[in-house]
Amino acid sequence: MSVWDWEFTFADVLPQLLQVIHVTIGATIGAFAFALVGGLILALGRRSQKKWISWPTYGFIEFVRTTPPLVQLYFIFFVFPDLFGVALPAIVAGILGLGIHYSTYLSEVYRAGIESVPQGQWEAATALNFSPVQKWKSIILPQAIRPVVPVMGNYLIVLFKETPLLAAISVGELLGTAQSIGSSTFRYLEPITLVGLFFLLMSYPASLMIKRLELRLDLNRK
Amino acid sequence: MISIDVYSIVLPLLLEGAMVTLQLLVICGILSFLMSFIGGFSRLSGIAPVRWVSGLIIEFIRGTSLLVQLFWLVFALPLLGVNIAPGLAAIIGLSLNYGAYGSEIVRSSIQAIPKGQTEAGIALNMTPIQRMRSIILPQAFRIMLPSFGNLMIELLKGTALVSLALTSDMTEKMMQMRNTVGHDTQLLSLLLIAYFIVGYAVTLLFRWLERKFSAGRV
Repeated sequence: MSVWDWEFTFADVLPQLLQVIHVTIGATIGAFAFALVGGLILALGRRSQKKWISWPTYGFIEFVRTTPPLVQLYFIFFVFPDLFGVALPAIVAGILGLGIHYSTYLSEVYRAGIESVPQGQWEAATALNFSPVQKWKSIILPQAIRPVVPVMGNYLIVLFKETPLLAAISVGELLGTAQSIGSSTFRYLEPITLVGLFFLLMSYPASLMIKRLELRLDLNRK
Repeated sequence: MISIDVYSIVLPLLLEGAMVTLQLLVICGILSFLMSFIGGFSRLSGIAPVRWVSGLIIEFIRGTSLLVQLFWLVFALPLLGVNIAPGLAAIIGLSLNYGAYGSEIVRSSIQAIPKGQTEAGIALNMTPIQRMRSIILPQAFRIMLPSFGNLMIELLKGTALVSLALTSDMTEKMMQMRNTVGHDTQLLSLLLIAYFIVGYAVTLLFRWLERKFSAGRV
């Protein structure tokens, strides 16, 4: 048996990994969608004039950002059933865990975007007698989000590379599958190498695309 | 409620694991700091092949996921005949990964220094090494510090991953306890708080460093 077995790679490992790619991608999209909404809520909560909203929000963001996502996943997966009496399916716990973790990052991104909207825009909204909802929906957010789209894209890639964590709470995504192939065949080299290459193949072109997007958005603004 | 004698079992184990986590944080922190400078300078090198090769290595490390790398070092590498202890694999994996991210911090901070500073150095007849040491780096270092502070928090969070790759850190110790004594809520809350305390200490340390390095400047 050679060190790297090509037949094993193509006949056994690759088909099994291809079967679970949708789990990795689905978890990425689900968690990112959650983080996009959660991040906005946290960003708005942090800006609130009411101290009883803004302080706890700030505390929550700092706490979640400073503690490991892995432990947060364990917390959601193992503690939620104790606290609320509902056992979450592993994939839901995973999406929730990564989603909450990245909400705190995206809240900072939203905050930077909101703070970059010129003062005059806020004053214009007031002068036009816009309601708070109209002001945010039609004036502030469209201008706040546009310049930070590339930053959000970068977090999407970071989140994507963090999904192997879900293997720890028994989600059958790429790394978890690679591990189970390894433990049943005693060959870890091919499956784990393939998973690493897969992440590289997905994330590197994506990061190049985001660099281009950044340039384009920049040019349009001038 | 968790009873007192359970705490008396859990806390010593948590502290034992915390020592491993702290060791990883300090050792990998120093190694990735050094690697950030090696990587950052290589990417700015005047020699094109050095730039390409370092760029390739950095993108490769950044592109494959950290946990996948740790698994590769611990489970796949022995099959190639290279046996390294899981603890050492953890140190190598974490340092390479955060070193690669740190390289980008070093590179972008050096590039952020205005061209006039380099030109002033040339006008003063300084050698390239003198320019870097006395003009560019002191200024760039102050730009790097906040980013390195964030990187160290990321590293702290990354150390939890070694619990999945056969190293007995704080997280691994608590998960082991979970299997024997139960009390998920208390154990995991305790673990989260322990990480927050270490992370907050790192944040305070970097705030202090930032103040120290910007003393006497605007």
